[in-house]
Amino acid sequence: MNLKRTIALTVLAIAVAAALTAGWVAQHSYAEQSREVISAAPSAQFWLGTDELGRDRFARLLYGTRISLLLAPAAALLSTLLAGLIGGAAGYLGGRWERLVTAVVDLFLSLPWLFLLLAVRALLPLNTSPVTSVMITFLLLGCLGWAGPARIIRAGARTLVNSDYLVQASASGISRWRLFWRHLLPNLQPILLAQFWISVPVFILSEANLGLLGLGVSEPLPSWGAMLRELENYSAVLQNPWMLAPAVLLVVVVSCLQLLLGTEESAPC
Amino acid sequence: MLIRSAIVLLLGGALAASAANELRFCLRTDPKTFNPLLVEDESSSAIRYLTAGVLIRLNRYTQELEGELATKWKVSENGRRIDFDLRHGVRFSDGTPFTCEDVAYTMRQLMDPALHSPVGDAFRSAPGEVETKCASPSAATVRFSGPVAALATQFDQVAILSALSPKKESAGLGPFELGEYKPGSYVLLRRNPNYWKRDANAHALPYLDSIRLEIQQNRELELLRFRRGELDLINKLDPDMFDRLYAEMPRAVVDAGPSLDWETVFFNQVQNSPSPEYKRRWLRSSDFRRAISEAIRRDDIVRIVYHGHARPAAGPVSVANHFWLNPAVKAGSGSDSAALELLQHAGFRRLGGMLVDSAGNKVEFSMITNAGNKLHERMLALIQQDLARIGIQLNVVALDFPSLVERISRTFNYESVLMAWTSIDLDPSAQMNIWLSSAANHQWNPSEKAPETAWEAEIDKLMLAQNASQDPDKRKVYFDQVQRIVVEQAPMLFLVNPNALSAVGPNVKNATPAVLDPQTYWNAERLQVGGTLVSQR
Repeated sequence: MNLKRTIALTVLAIAVAAALTAGWVAQHSYAEQSREVISAAPSAQFWLGTDELGRDRFARLLYGTRISLLLAPAAALLSTLLAGLIGGAAGYLGGRWERLVTAVVDLFLSLPWLFLLLAVRALLPLNTSPVTSVMITFLLLGCLGWAGPARIIRAGARTLVNSDYLVQASASGISRWRLFWRHLLPNLQPILLAQFWISVPVFILSEANLGLLGLGVSEPLPSWGAMLRELENYSAVLQNPWMLAPAVLLVVVVSCLQLLLGTEESAPC
Repeated sequence: MLIRSAIVLLLGGALAASAANELRFCLRTDPKTFNPLLVEDESSSAIRYLTAGVLIRLNRYTQELEGELATKWKVSENGRRIDFDLRHGVRFSDGTPFTCEDVAYTMRQLMDPALHSPVGDAFRSAPGEVETKCASPSAATVRFSGPVAALATQFDQVAILSALSPKKESAGLGPFELGEYKPGSYVLLRRNPNYWKRDANAHALPYLDSIRLEIQQNRELELLRFRRGELDLINKLDPDMFDRLYAEMPRAVVDAGPSLDWETVFFNQVQNSPSPEYKRRWLRSSDFRRAISEAIRRDDIVRIVYHGHARPAAGPVSVANHFWLNPAVKAGSGSDSAALELLQHAGFRRLGGMLVDSAGNKVEFSMITNAGNKLHERMLALIQQDLARIGIQLNVVALDFPSLVERISRTFNYESVLMAWTSIDLDPSAQMNIWLSSAANHQWNPSEKAPETAWEAEIDKLMLAQNASQDPDKRKVYFDQVQRIVVEQAPMLFLVNPNALSAVGPNVKNATPAVLDPQTYWNAERLQVGGTLVSQR
C-alpha cells in the first residue's frame, strides 16, 4: 500500500512540477502558431509534434496540466467545504433542517447541470479574458458540485451526533456552535478528505467534457478537455499516436488520485 | 421461439438492407411537413425535390433554367406576367391528368394568406391578387400585381398540386412518391409509376425503385454507415470527414468546388447596443472594419481549417455564382501593414505591443460563435492570432446556438460574430432580406427605420433597382455596385466559400455532384444503384 502511495505521489509531483515549470521546460508558447508546420510529427523542435494550427503540443499539454491540476483541486476544495458545512450542519441539527437540506440536495442532484452551465456561460460578460473565463468555469463546477458529497457528510454527521463523546460534551454544557466547530467537523475529516479526493478527478473530467462540447477553456488557453477533442478524429489518432498524450496523462493522473484515495480510505482515522 | 424470431428479424433486416435498386442516404432531421407549399426546413425540401413536379427547373449542374412541366415560358410586362406552354399527357402519381387547372389551383393555394406559404412570399412583390388564366388545358398565364424579380427562377420552388385528386398534396408529379414514414427512423419514397420523363432511349424514368432516407443526426455514424456500404450518398461533408474518407475510398469523395455558402464575420452597429460608446465608435468605423478584414489571412483559413477545400471569399457572391460575381471585388490582403495604415487613418496607434484608440482605450473586443463547431473554433484561433499581430486582443466566446441568436437578434449584446451563411439561390433578389436596411436579416443593424448611413441608402436604392428590372445585364450592373460598396464598407467580412464536398458510393451510377443543393441527387431520376441496368426495365 505504501509503495502504491509513494508511486502515485511521485507521479503526481512530477506532473505538477512539470506543469508549474512549463515556461522553462517548453520551447514554445502554448499560443504560438507555426502555420507552416501544422499537424507535424514529434521532432527535436516539437517534442510531441504540433496540432492542427501548428501549436506545440508539448507546451499545450504542460500548460493544460497546470490548469487542470491546479484548478480542479481548488474547485474540489470549494465543493468539499460547502458540502462539509451544509451536510455537516444538516446532520448535526437534524429534524426539519435535515429534511430541508435533504430535499435541496435531491433537487440539486436531479437538475440538468449541463444546461445550467450553458446558461450561466451565456450570461457571463463576453470580454472576459481566457484566464478569468477558466477560473469562472471551475468556480461554477465547485459551486455546483457540493450536493453529492453533502449527502454522505450528512449521514456521517448523523452517526457522530449520537456518539458518546458528543453526548458527553453536550451534557457538559458546551455551546452548540462550539460543539459543531470543535468536535463534530474535525471528526468528519476522513469523510471530507475522501470526498475531496473523489471530487478532483470528477472536476478534471467535467472540464474535459465541457471542452468536448466546446464550452470549456476558451482559446488560446489549452486544457486537457480541449486537447481531448482532437481524439474525435480517430484516423488521425491511428496515424499520429502521440495525439493520445493528453488522454494518457489524464488516465495516469486520475489513477494516481484514485490510488491516493484508496490509501486515504483505508488509513486508520 | 425467441431465438427463431430473432433470426427471422435479423434475416428480414439483412434483406431490407440489401433491397435491390434502392438508393439510401441520410436526412439530418425529421421533415417538418410533407406539404410542398409549406417547406422551410432542409429535410422537407429534400422530399419536395424528389416528389414534386415543377414548371421550370434550375439545372443544378449547368445553372441554367430548363422546362419541366412547361415546355416553353415567356416573362413579360416587366416581370408581372408569365405565360407557360404545358406538357401534354402528364399524369399525377395517382393517375389524375395534369392540366392548366392544376397550375391555377396551385397558385391560389400558394398565394392564400391563410396558408402562410414561405414559397409564396417570394411572389408577393406588391399588394393585390395573383390571377391565373387558362386559355386551354395546356396554356397558362399567371399575372402578378407587381414586378417579381427573377420570376421564372422562382418557379423552381413551386410544386404543382392536383386540383382534382382526392389525395391533394400527396399526389405529385415528381419522379418519386411518398411510400412510408416512420418518425425518427426513415422516410421511404417509391418510384412514381406515372412519371412523365423518359431517357434518350425512351426508357421510363426514374431508374430507381425507391429511395430510403434515414433520419440520422450524428455525422460520424453517417460516415461509418457509408463506409460499411449501408448508405450510398453523403451531402455536405465537412473537410475533416472528406479527408478521412478520401484516405480510405478516394473514388467515393467528390469536391465540386466552391459552394454558394459563406463564412462571415459581422460587427454590431446597432446605435443603442449595450457596448461602451468608444467601442460602438470603432465598430461603426469602416476603416476599423476594413483593417480587420485586411489583417485576416484567408489563405491560412483555407489551408489550415479547410485543408484546401474552400476558396478565399471577396464579397457576397461566391465564385460558384458565375453570372453575378463581380470579378473586380478582391479579398482582403492579409497584410498587417495595410491593416495598420487603415487603423492609423482612423486615429488608432500602437503603444508597446497594443493598439489604442485616439482616447487611449486599449483595442479589445469579443467575437462570438456557436459552440461545438470545430471549424469555427479553429477559424477564430487563427483570427485571434492575426489580430494579435496588429495589437488587437480578440476574446473568443463559444455560445450555445439559442444564446447566440438571442444576442444577435434581440438584445444586441455582442461586438462581433462569426457565422456560416447558407445560400441556395443564385439570384441577388434572394439577398434582399440581408442588404435592405429595413430588413430583419440586415444583421449588423436590423430593421432600420431609415438608412442610418449614406452607403446603406445607396445599397437600398441599388437593390430595389435590380429587383425591379427584368434586364439581366442592367441588374448585373446594379448588383456589381452593391458588391463593391459592401467590400468598401465591410459591414460583413466574407472569409471563405467552403467547397461543396460530398460522397457517392461505388454502386451509384450517373451521379454528377454539383455545388448547388441538392448536391448529389439533383438528377435523382437518372441515378442507378448496383448492377441494375436500364435495359432490364
